Amino acid sequence: MLLELIVKVAAVFAAFLVLPLLVGQTEHKLMAHMQGRLGPMHAGGFHGWAQLIADGVKFAQKEDLVPDAADKPVFKLAPAVALLPYLLVILFIPLGPGDLVGANLDMGLFIVVALVGVGVLAVLMAGWSSANKYTLIGALRGAAQLMAYELPLVLAAASVAVAAGTLSLPAIVEAWNPWWLLWQAPAALVFFTAGLAEIRRPPFDAPVADSELVFGYLTEYAGLRFALLLLAEYVGIVVISALTAVLFLGGWRGPGPESLGWLWTLLKTGALAAVVIWLRVAWPRLRVDQIQALCWKGLVPIALAQLVLTTAVALAV
Amino acid sequence: METSGPADYLTFGVLLLTGFAFVAVAMTANRILRPSAPSADKAQTYECGVDPAPDAPPGRLASLAYPRTGAASPPRDHVGKDWAQVQIRYYVYAFLFVLFAVEAVFLFPWAAVFRAFGTAAAVEMGVFVGVLALGLAYAWRKGVLRWR
Repeated sequence: MLLELIVKVAAVFAAFLVLPLLVGQTEHKLMAHMQGRLGPMHAGGFHGWAQLIADGVKFAQKEDLVPDAADKPVFKLAPAVALLPYLLVILFIPLGPGDLVGANLDMGLFIVVALVGVGVLAVLMAGWSSANKYTLIGALRGAAQLMAYELPLVLAAASVAVAAGTLSLPAIVEAWNPWWLLWQAPAALVFFTAGLAEIRRPPFDAPVADSELVFGYLTEYAGLRFALLLLAEYVGIVVISALTAVLFLGGWRGPGPESLGWLWTLLKTGALAAVVIWLRVAWPRLRVDQIQALCWKGLVPIALAQLVLTTAVALAV
Repeated sequence: METSGPADYLTFGVLLLTGFAFVAVAMTANRILRPSAPSADKAQTYECGVDPAPDAPPGRLASLAYPRTGAASPPRDHVGKDWAQVQIRYYVYAFLFVLFAVEAVFLFPWAAVFRAFGTAAAVEMGVFVGVLALGLAYAWRKGVLRWR
């Protein structure tokens, strides 16, 4: 019992440390090649594989700068608030059938959606406590965006819950069948798009908008605290990709023996993470008004319609 | 339906503590490894290279910013005044959000059990969602969703 707990916490923590680095390194190389560059080639020797580790070592040795005008306790706490919810989400994502999940709660989906929603708090804390006009504008943009996109995210997740008749993530994967790819396609699209906005990735990066707001709500951060906030972004990519894979793409389900199911989960998550990276290269940033319009006039109505459709089909079948 | 026991919540708690420990250890390592050379210039609010502090003694950055005027000190003024009118267009979205967030809270438990109650439960939720959708349509029609 105690051993199982330690193994699970250690496994989740290892995933939390390793997967974001993999995504980050993939982003370095994939972006570079999409733009006709080589990307990092030096650190570690082979194609710069150790670049992010070197970055981490560098960040750990940097001076801790807190502006005089900042609200210091809040300023210092914000990186932890940004990072830890995503760590906790990983606990609920099933890697494979049976026991290959950190915790199988009956209300897993509910907790996961709640945890993803904590992000808005971190954005406001960082932006407001920095006492800087750029960070404040960035934080307000971020708060508006995160609150708005919370809705389509939650409604799309509710559609899956209705289709599966349960809120437990492993049970949702059990209930999944390939027909969902068609039937739940609008919800999947809405969920993934809203997820992108929740983690403020391009094209939804108006809150950090480096060409107009310096670096948005992160402007005043430096050194290790900045590194933690950056880590939160990449854990966010892992979490949103994994959730989309588990809820809409069948998680561990796929051809081959069930004992290799974890490989499917990782492959699907990786493929979605690659899409997230690709969007950063291919899409220009949306304006703030476009971001709100896409949510309220596009995603929310689609998600509501999907909910009605899902309920009707679930009753008929 | 399987039920989750206290053990699952225990894992959650232990992981949360592990997370805080991770941040604490990282910051402690940082404290040991980092140099510390504080200065007034470094602690200034970032302002694209222009000195924003009205009462701060002109630092090195400030004298760099005004090299040609020969003035002993830069003009003591913010870039922009302390108070500025900024049009916050977001508050309507906050209202809309609260409406739908309340709906979402009811949706999840309902989704887990509605099969047991059949069509009646589905119709009731349909009415609930319908009223909210009507609200959104009203806001849309009134032009609230237009960015002005």
